[in-house]
Amino acid sequence: MSNTFYNEIITEHNIRPYNKREIKDPDITLEGVNPSCGDDIIVNLKLDENGNISDGAFQGDGCAISQASADMMMDLIIGRSSEDALRLADIFLRMIQGEASEEEIEELEEAGVLRDISHMPSRVKCAVLGWHTVQEMLKDF
Amino acid sequence: MKATYNRDDDKKIRQDFPILTDDVAYLDNAATTQKPIQVLDSMADYYSTSNSNPLRGLYKLSVDATCAYEDSRKAVAGFINAQDASSVIFTRNASESLNLIAYSYGMNFLSEGDEILISIMEHHSNLLPWQQVAARAGAVLKYVEPNEDFIITPELLKQNITDRTKIVAITHVSNVLGVENDIRSFAKIAHDAGALLAVDGAQSVPHIPVDVQDLDCDFLSFSGHKMYAPMGIGVLYGKTELLDKMPPFLYGGEMIESVTRYDAKYAPLPHKFEAGTVNAGGAVGLHAAIDYIKGVGFDLIRAREDHLTELAFELLSQIPGIKILGNKDPLMHHGIITFTVDGVHPHDVATVMDTDNICVRAGHHCAQPLMKYLGVFSTTRASMAFYNTEEEVRKLADALSVIRRKMGYE
Repeated sequence: MSNTFYNEIITEHNIRPYNKREIKDPDITLEGVNPSCGDDIIVNLKLDENGNISDGAFQGDGCAISQASADMMMDLIIGRSSEDALRLADIFLRMIQGEASEEEIEELEEAGVLRDISHMPSRVKCAVLGWHTVQEMLKDF
Repeated sequence: MKATYNRDDDKKIRQDFPILTDDVAYLDNAATTQKPIQVLDSMADYYSTSNSNPLRGLYKLSVDATCAYEDSRKAVAGFINAQDASSVIFTRNASESLNLIAYSYGMNFLSEGDEILISIMEHHSNLLPWQQVAARAGAVLKYVEPNEDFIITPELLKQNITDRTKIVAITHVSNVLGVENDIRSFAKIAHDAGALLAVDGAQSVPHIPVDVQDLDCDFLSFSGHKMYAPMGIGVLYGKTELLDKMPPFLYGGEMIESVTRYDAKYAPLPHKFEAGTVNAGGAVGLHAAIDYIKGVGFDLIRAREDHLTELAFELLSQIPGIKILGNKDPLMHHGIITFTVDGVHPHDVATVMDTDNICVRAGHHCAQPLMKYLGVFSTTRASMAFYNTEEEVRKLADALSVIRRKMGYE
């Protein structure tokens, strides 16, 4: 069995995504679509009075890369401020371009496993779908 | 002697294709085929010895280029048994051919309330142009659906034709299901109802003998690049009486007889439909590809592709979680095997296959309405050419047999 890009971290987040669930009364909702894959996710966020992300989840269908990426993103940004979430999204998107430093990638925790996507141009859109969606949601909030 | 798959032929056949190696299994032939050295050499030779702008210059080199280009037209006409070489129009690909029919015939000869009948198994290239014709002409776009065996029977077609049906546009072989439509019967049904039959031959012409007079279709579209020729050269065959009355699709150089300030008289067929400098190098490549196919012979092409499809069916059907779409009989598939893997998204299937150096297609295959009809979001497709081998099919099956495990399932 040859090695694939799909390590245990990715397959686990894909098969058992902890953050793929419903949220009651989300403060912000946005749908992200990747027409090339047919990936389609809806991201829901709840913010507290200080603008911190008190809860977040996603729903929808897609490939393992988009699902795992969205799940790991949620693990990372729940409990953070909007500014911090935007900063991490920026690091993630730069990592995919191969432009993030090792220190920055470390901040992404598990999501750092997707760094090799930078060598798979056909799958970049899958990996960034959730992150782009959150970026859109928070940038004007 | 009946042609059969013989392992001893593999090496000899594959030697003709410089890109093919033992390391990579290329199983995306319905998307585009690889090119034999005979085709590549023919184009290098054309550009090395005969290149100039065809149909224009009066010097010898231009005459050579014109001859090469028009010889290819004759070869295409012979290949599909068209009565007259002037009924063969060179285009970029099947999509452009289908657009030519839609724009030149559809937009000008259809009017409000007329009906266009297509099938649910059309590639977007034989669907979107008709959506446009319907929208602009006020015509109605209707779909015929197959039976439970994924076959559009002549009865089903008949049930969907009315006296308002002006054109039936249908694929010869589906790029997803691989099923062949009974074009000869469909032509008769369409003609009896006063409608024309336009056939998308992109997936049939490379794999089975196609005789336009025998089928009695009014139009046939196909691409060179799916039949061992280069990209950028395609064909529209049309009955001359129809092409004659249709207005040009594109306007420009070399498609006129005379031009005044406010008017123009157009060239006769086929040049009326070939505005601008033509793809002579591509046409030369297509000519060489036709000669190549004839040299190999459809008997051997079919025998090998059918054998590999049967083997793939046998091996894939033993793998838990894999479901092949379409008819149960592999011989109804023309080398096209579209499947799903339980719990694994097709894009992940294709990515994992790529790690094992197996090229398969994943996605909606430019047939989103068909995907919806089949109740799947997207699928993975392996498609055979005669140069594929048993080893490659086994490699595909081996890779698929562990894919669910690789993706974290027990």
